[in-house]
Amino acid sequence: MEYQSFLIKYAEIGVKGKNRYLFEDALVQQMRIALKKCSGTFTVHRTSGRIFAEAKGACDTEEVVNALQHVFGIVGVCPMAERPIEPYEELEKDVVAFFGEEYPDRRRTFKVHCRRQDKTYPMNSQEIDEALGGALLDAYPDLKVDVHHPDVMVTVEIREKIYIYTHILPGPGGLPVGSAGKAMLLLSGGIDSPVAGWMMAKRGLKLDAVYFNAPPYTSERALQKVEDLAAEVAAYTGPIWLHNINFTEIQLAIYDKCPHDELTIIMRRFMMRIAEKIARRTACGALITGESLGQVASQTMRSLECTNAVCTLPVFRPLIGFDKEDIVTVSKKIGTYDTSILPYEDCCTIFVAKHPVTKPILDVIERHEHHLDDIIEEMVDKALETDEIIIVDAEGKRVLKYREDPLTEGM
Amino acid sequence: MPVSKEVYLDNSATTRVFPEVVRLMDKIYLEEYGNPSSMHHKGVEAETEIRRAKETLAGILKCQPKNLYFTSCGSESDNIAIIGGALANCRQGRHLVTTRIEHPAVLESMKYLESQGFTVTYLPVDVNGHVSAEQVRDAVREDTILVSIMFTNNEIGAVEPVAEIGAAIKEKNPHTLFHVDAVQAFGKEEILPRKMHIDFLAASGHKIHAPKGVGLLYVADGVKVRNLIFGGGQQNGLRSGTENVAGIAGMALAAQMLYSNLAAEREQLFAMKEHFILRMRELEHVRINGIPALNVPGAASHPEKSGCAADSALPECGSRNIAAVPAEELSASIRTTAPQVLSLTVPGVRAEVLLHALEDRNIYVSSGSACSSNRPHLSETLKAIGVRGDELDSTIRLSTSVMNTMEDMDAAADALLSIVPMLRRYTRQ
Repeated sequence: MEYQSFLIKYAEIGVKGKNRYLFEDALVQQMRIALKKCSGTFTVHRTSGRIFAEAKGACDTEEVVNALQHVFGIVGVCPMAERPIEPYEELEKDVVAFFGEEYPDRRRTFKVHCRRQDKTYPMNSQEIDEALGGALLDAYPDLKVDVHHPDVMVTVEIREKIYIYTHILPGPGGLPVGSAGKAMLLLSGGIDSPVAGWMMAKRGLKLDAVYFNAPPYTSERALQKVEDLAAEVAAYTGPIWLHNINFTEIQLAIYDKCPHDELTIIMRRFMMRIAEKIARRTACGALITGESLGQVASQTMRSLECTNAVCTLPVFRPLIGFDKEDIVTVSKKIGTYDTSILPYEDCCTIFVAKHPVTKPILDVIERHEHHLDDIIEEMVDKALETDEIIIVDAEGKRVLKYREDPLTEGM
Repeated sequence: MPVSKEVYLDNSATTRVFPEVVRLMDKIYLEEYGNPSSMHHKGVEAETEIRRAKETLAGILKCQPKNLYFTSCGSESDNIAIIGGALANCRQGRHLVTTRIEHPAVLESMKYLESQGFTVTYLPVDVNGHVSAEQVRDAVREDTILVSIMFTNNEIGAVEPVAEIGAAIKEKNPHTLFHVDAVQAFGKEEILPRKMHIDFLAASGHKIHAPKGVGLLYVADGVKVRNLIFGGGQQNGLRSGTENVAGIAGMALAAQMLYSNLAAEREQLFAMKEHFILRMRELEHVRINGIPALNVPGAASHPEKSGCAADSALPECGSRNIAAVPAEELSASIRTTAPQVLSLTVPGVRAEVLLHALEDRNIYVSSGSACSSNRPHLSETLKAIGVRGDELDSTIRLSTSVMNTMEDMDAAADALLSIVPMLRRYTRQ
């Protein structure tokens, strides 16, 4: 059956207090953006505790549901049949016909659940439940009632119109993108960082991303891979501003002046510093990384202490307690896995020491970093000047590249 | 910063199309666009282009036009020859012979046949990538239906003794078919299938300044071969599908242009190769693979054991310092190899990094074999000639064409001389 209206269920936003309208407005906004990609015109409106999306004219149900299933904040999408306020006799015919069409195989259990917001309707919810249940049983003798665990929950809502639905298709949950502000994701070509970005976006953050490029040690294809990953995450978050930073000189300087077993830690400290600088000038309120405790040498507790020490913005590490397998599961679910496992090297792997330190001591790292004192500031500034902003959109992976004056940028 | 001139040294991956070829194809696309199978004049016009192309190519290969078939690429030609040849002749036996350094189009076809119950003997090669006629003769049995040997290796430029091998095969078993993958050799070597006892020969358009999407297959008289594509019965049913008229005509024109001046072109390519190799004397610890004067068998590694990074029992490589080899000996030795392929091992530098650093200077080379370098895949050819584990990933290939000049070779050499010492400072620990 082709549907034209969709009821949106959202759980967490419902328990917000005075700010609730902010979240609801953000959700409506995100839904409108998502529906722009679907064929047809849609209206999205919010009534007491409900958000409805309605198509003007025909629409592709599957396409609409899929688009809405990518909007954070939605826990369920219910495609509905829509009827005017009509006498009970008409309603009964419609519900019976609707059920017959939706469930050709009727050996199931069911329950009718009516909500009557329009208290002028002559029967109350309880009466409607009973009457409709009886009518369905009469029409389809194979059906059985189960009020505790029904196979099918037939919901009838009586508002300014009557809505009938039986399916609740799961949404991604979370909070609408942007409702929590904006943060800067340190995006590599691996499995973890896109998942970390996705998870924080799910908590309402809008994402910007920074990628550290190290030509000639990394290839053009490695950058393309990161753009592809960003585009896949952007399917949930909307356009992502990807900052592409040339990191080669800093990396070589670290290699020249610092102990090799501390290379990765020191490198990550500079990545955090640069990411924070970009974050500050682009109004990002936090950094996001894909670190998972103990996964590699640079992600032990002591290593995290060292990398954390260079920035003052909060650093969100949503995967910190995840096993690799759990991360892989999420990345497969959100569709970044196949891109992540393409084999191009990123700058984290090119100079890895055979036995990197796993328990670095902050003092020692800082002392070794002082070897870079006379050149590093200039190098960081230079790296920031290489900032190339690529706006990555999920739709057709439109990639717009341009460079702009890093100091006057603001968004 | 002024943009330096583009130096394209990846001609074994693909080549720039000759402008003359583009003009001819343009004419065919816009004016002679008929289907060669159509009855009307437009069809005849297109058919004439194909007939002319066949005559040109037959003249080059000294064979009959009816021996020639057009395919979509060299890989397809290899597939038809090996799989089609084996399937059509499997009543005589189910054994095939090839080498370890063939192109994947050959090796994967062999693997497929193995999965269908055929057995395949993979011959090892010496330190310079050569397989000998004796080796092949010893491997051919009564039930051997096909031998596949490449003319020129795509990664190290080894030229196999195809004529001798052909004679040896036929002497041992006259029924054994001989397939030659000449994708890298066509346009660079004189190839005479009948004289060399070749039954199948594969070539490709885009390696000789014609477009991508056209390949050539030679099939000797009286050789049975099963078609792999079913359809309208074009090309005697061996390769159904409307012919790529423009591509075919373009390939023939490109071949004609190359073969009308072959000796001079070969000398140009050899001179560039020699010049580049001599320039490499200035760079420490590099090795040129596949040049017999530089890589001495016996003193060298054991091909049997090679390719295993953990195998520290491998002896030091038997390569000789370029400067230590007398100029005449080196020059003569280079002229026994492919004129256009040069394989350079630069220990301590990862090939991919070197490739990108050269790319920064507008110089394009490839790491290992371009066909497989999208994946971090260690070259089977380099393993087979005994390149050691850590150096497998440090080998680049420069491949030239008649469009290159001596200045291009100098630009590449200059770039390597400045980049390699810099990159060697930063090696992975």
